[in-house]
Amino acid sequence: MKACVAALSVMIMFLGVSLAFGTQEKEPRYKYQKDGLVYAEIAKAPEKARAKRNPMDKDPDALAAGANLFEQHCSGCHGDMGEGGRKGPSLLAPKVQNAEPGAIFWILTNGVVRRGMPVWSKLPEPQRWQLVRYIKSLGGAPAKPENPTAPTP
Amino acid sequence: MSDFFRFTILGIFLLFSTSVLLTTSVQAQESPYIVAYDHYLEEPGNLEIEYFSTFGSQRQANNFHSFWMEFEYGATAWWTTEVYLDGQTTFKESTLFTGFRWENRFRPLRHEHFINPILYVEYENISGADKIMKEVEGHDVEADYAVPNSELSKERKHELEFKLILSSTVKGWNFTENTVASKNLTGGVPWEFGYALGASHPLALKASAKRCNLCRENFIAGVEMYGGLGDRYSFGLHDTSQYLAPVIAWNLPSDWTLRLSAGFGLNDNSHGLLLRWGISREITGFGSMVSRIFGGHK
Repeated sequence: MKACVAALSVMIMFLGVSLAFGTQEKEPRYKYQKDGLVYAEIAKAPEKARAKRNPMDKDPDALAAGANLFEQHCSGCHGDMGEGGRKGPSLLAPKVQNAEPGAIFWILTNGVVRRGMPVWSKLPEPQRWQLVRYIKSLGGAPAKPENPTAPTP
Repeated sequence: MSDFFRFTILGIFLLFSTSVLLTTSVQAQESPYIVAYDHYLEEPGNLEIEYFSTFGSQRQANNFHSFWMEFEYGATAWWTTEVYLDGQTTFKESTLFTGFRWENRFRPLRHEHFINPILYVEYENISGADKIMKEVEGHDVEADYAVPNSELSKERKHELEFKLILSSTVKGWNFTENTVASKNLTGGVPWEFGYALGASHPLALKASAKRCNLCRENFIAGVEMYGGLGDRYSFGLHDTSQYLAPVIAWNLPSDWTLRLSAGFGLNDNSHGLLLRWGISREITGFGSMVSRIFGGHK
């Protein structure tokens, strides 16, 4: 009986952690600041990483495969078409679309852990490159402004 | 219907019903390990619900089936927290709820490195009848499990467990090494040590253009090895149990992951066979859902 009560207490604590972190979703003003910090990470990609070419550029299946991977792993945070969501910034922004494929690959591999984006090196390299190919293809759509004027709180 | 089937069916029912109720899900890319950990944490805000089952052969006593439900939540991109609820059926004896565990894993480094450390802290409140064998440590040997449930369940363990997880991913291969140190807070039990090693690789590195269930990239195969390393006063492999287990995970596009592992004892102190399987589902945005329920962000 004691163990059941203790287990229940831990479950409640677990729910509390979920709630505490779940409610930390920020207001839009902060979100744009946060997005800016995430975009700034792209600039931190080392030269060697930027210089890498996408080995999937000529692969006829890469775009479709990348779209599937995006839907499975990325759309939950970045939106179905990469337009951005509550948790992840827009991938249509010029800072992403104008970035070298190698820089996007570097971000996928390393994540932006302190800003909420996990590392994706658990996806094998070819799959990350397929994702890069798809993310770059999203640039065909009109890009959202990067830092629109924040609404007054 | 036996208790064994009732618990199994209840576990799977809970998993299924929760997954159906929380409709938003995402395909996981889960590792095949059941005992070892790699350095990948749960994505922030996501909840993974898992049911695992272990059939263990037991010499000089009855075989057993142990099982656990696991609720794994990505609190942040650098912190994953989990709750386990454990139980077991020893055939021809009884079925018991054996306790719970609260586990936390922390990623101290921002970027990927050749070797990636993860710090692991767990509190266990379990009875001596717990047989899930999620880690093997100290001088745990097969004979310890031959004692009847009625005796084993009298013992209560409040245990703190620490792990250093060192994991590396190179060209699709994952290699991981876990060092375990645990201390039972009740009684004068010394620090106990153990280890787990793992290696795994997807059957294909490129994703297919079409979503499919049986594509090779959905399967990750590997092997894990784990065992005890004695305690503070008698460190080493003597009087310990050791296991080698081929493992495979099947990540289905329908958001479910199945895992299978057949562990074989490597010495006379080990169980001959530990047959494990698990089913899990990842639910994205669980934190946001909870927040909305409590009137948070709309």
